[in-house]
Amino acid sequence: MPEYIENKEIIAQRIARFFKTGDVVNLGIGLPTLVGNYIPKEVTVILQSENGLIGLGPEPAPGGEDKDLTNAGGKAVTILPGGCFFDSATSFGIIRGGHVDYTVLGVLEVDQEGNLANYKIPGKMVPGMGGAMDLVAGSRHVIAATTHFEKSGASKLKRRCSLPLTAAHEVDYVVTDLGFFVVSGHSFILKEVFAPWTAEWIIAHTEADVELAEDILLWEPA
Amino acid sequence: MIAKPVISAREAAALIQPGSVVHIGGFLGCGSPDAIIAALCEAHIGELTIVCNDTAIYDPKTGRTTGLAPLILNHLVRKVITSHIGTNAETQKLMSSGEIEVELVPQGTLAERIRAAGFGLGGILTPTGAGTEVEQGKHVFEVNSRKYLLELPLPGDVAIIKAKKGDRAGNLVYAKTARNFNPIMAPACSLVIAEVEELVEIGTIDPDHVHTPSIFVDYLVTA
Repeated sequence: MPEYIENKEIIAQRIARFFKTGDVVNLGIGLPTLVGNYIPKEVTVILQSENGLIGLGPEPAPGGEDKDLTNAGGKAVTILPGGCFFDSATSFGIIRGGHVDYTVLGVLEVDQEGNLANYKIPGKMVPGMGGAMDLVAGSRHVIAATTHFEKSGASKLKRRCSLPLTAAHEVDYVVTDLGFFVVSGHSFILKEVFAPWTAEWIIAHTEADVELAEDILLWEPA
Repeated sequence: MIAKPVISAREAAALIQPGSVVHIGGFLGCGSPDAIIAALCEAHIGELTIVCNDTAIYDPKTGRTTGLAPLILNHLVRKVITSHIGTNAETQKLMSSGEIEVELVPQGTLAERIRAAGFGLGGILTPTGAGTEVEQGKHVFEVNSRKYLLELPLPGDVAIIKAKKGDRAGNLVYAKTARNFNPIMAPACSLVIAEVEELVEIGTIDPDHVHTPSIFVDYLVTA
C-alpha cells in the first residue's frame, strides 16, 4: 500500500454522487462544504443553510459581498433565483421536520452504532453544538464526512465513541478517504473501496468492526 | 396606528437594567443591533444574562469583532445561553476562568424555547439531544416510539433586535439572512427595542410584507 496522505477532495467527490435532482441538502462547515464543488452538472440539489435560507449560491465576486447575506459560517454567499429566506425557527422546523434529505457533517469520532461526536473535547475545546444536534437528529439521511485517520494516526471510526455525543444512532453513511461505509447499527459495512486501497488494509486500519458488503465495489476516482 | 418612541441608542441602553436577561438578535454578527450593543458598552451596563445564537466573532490576532462580541470583551456578561461560542476566543477564556457561565443549547432548541416563551407555550418536545449530555436533568417523553426531551420556555426582560426597515408603528422587515433570531425574540421579551436601518412613515410598508407585527415592538432606534 502507498503511504497514507489525507485526501479530502476524494471524500467530497464521492459524497456529491449521493444526491439526485430535488434533494434538499445541508453541507456543514469545513470539509462538507467542498462537496458543493463536485455535484454533477445534470443534478440540481437545493442547498439549505441553517442560518436561514434555501437556494444557497456560490461565493460572491470580490466586491459583491452583502453584509446581510452570509452562510452558517458567517461567510458572504449568494442566493440562487427561486431561493428564499426565513427565520431560525422555520429553518430548524425544516431541519427537524425531516424536510432536509441529506446532512453532511464532519466528525471527531463516529462509531458502528451510528453515534457521532463532533462538538466537544472536554477540557480542551468547547465551541458548542450550533445546529449540528438538530441537523443530525432531524435530517432524513446523515452522512459523516471524515478523513479516515486523526493527525495522530488513530482511526476516527470507532466501536464506541469516547467523546460526548452530538447524536445517538443517527448516522447512516460514513465516507472517508479510504472508502464508503453504511452503518448497520452493530458494524460498518464497507460498500466501496477507493483505489488504491484494499478492503483488507482498510479493515486492518479501522478500530471498529467492519463487514464487507456482498456487492462491494472498487471505486477509482477520476 | 400608534407611533412608538424613536430614541437614540444611548437612550435605549439606559432602559436596560444591569442584571437583565437580554435577548440579542444576530448570527455571527449578521443582523445584530450593533448601535445598541455599542451604547451598552459605553454605558457599562453589566451583570447581563444574554440569550443569543452565538457570541459572534472575536479574533484576538486582529482584534476584529462582530455583533455582540464587545459585550463579552467589556466583561458585561455574567451568563450566556447560546448554541455556539467557538468563534469568540474570549467567551471560552472567561468560561474557563469562571467569570462567565455558559449554557449551551442546540440551535433549533434555542429557537423553539424562545418561540415558546413568546407564544404562550409551556415548553416544546424535541428529539434533538436525546441520548446526549443535553438530555441530562430533563423530562423525557416517548411519542410514537421516539424519545423527545421537554425543553422549557426562555423568556427575556429585554430584546434588542435589528431590522432593515421599520415604520413608526414598529412594523419590521428584515433583510436576507439578517433575519435569523430577530423575529422570534420580539414576542419573547417584556421590553423590545428594535434598531432599524431605515425608518419609514406608517402605511408605507405593505401589510403583506411585515415580518414582525408592530405590537411586539416598544421602541425604535435608528442605526
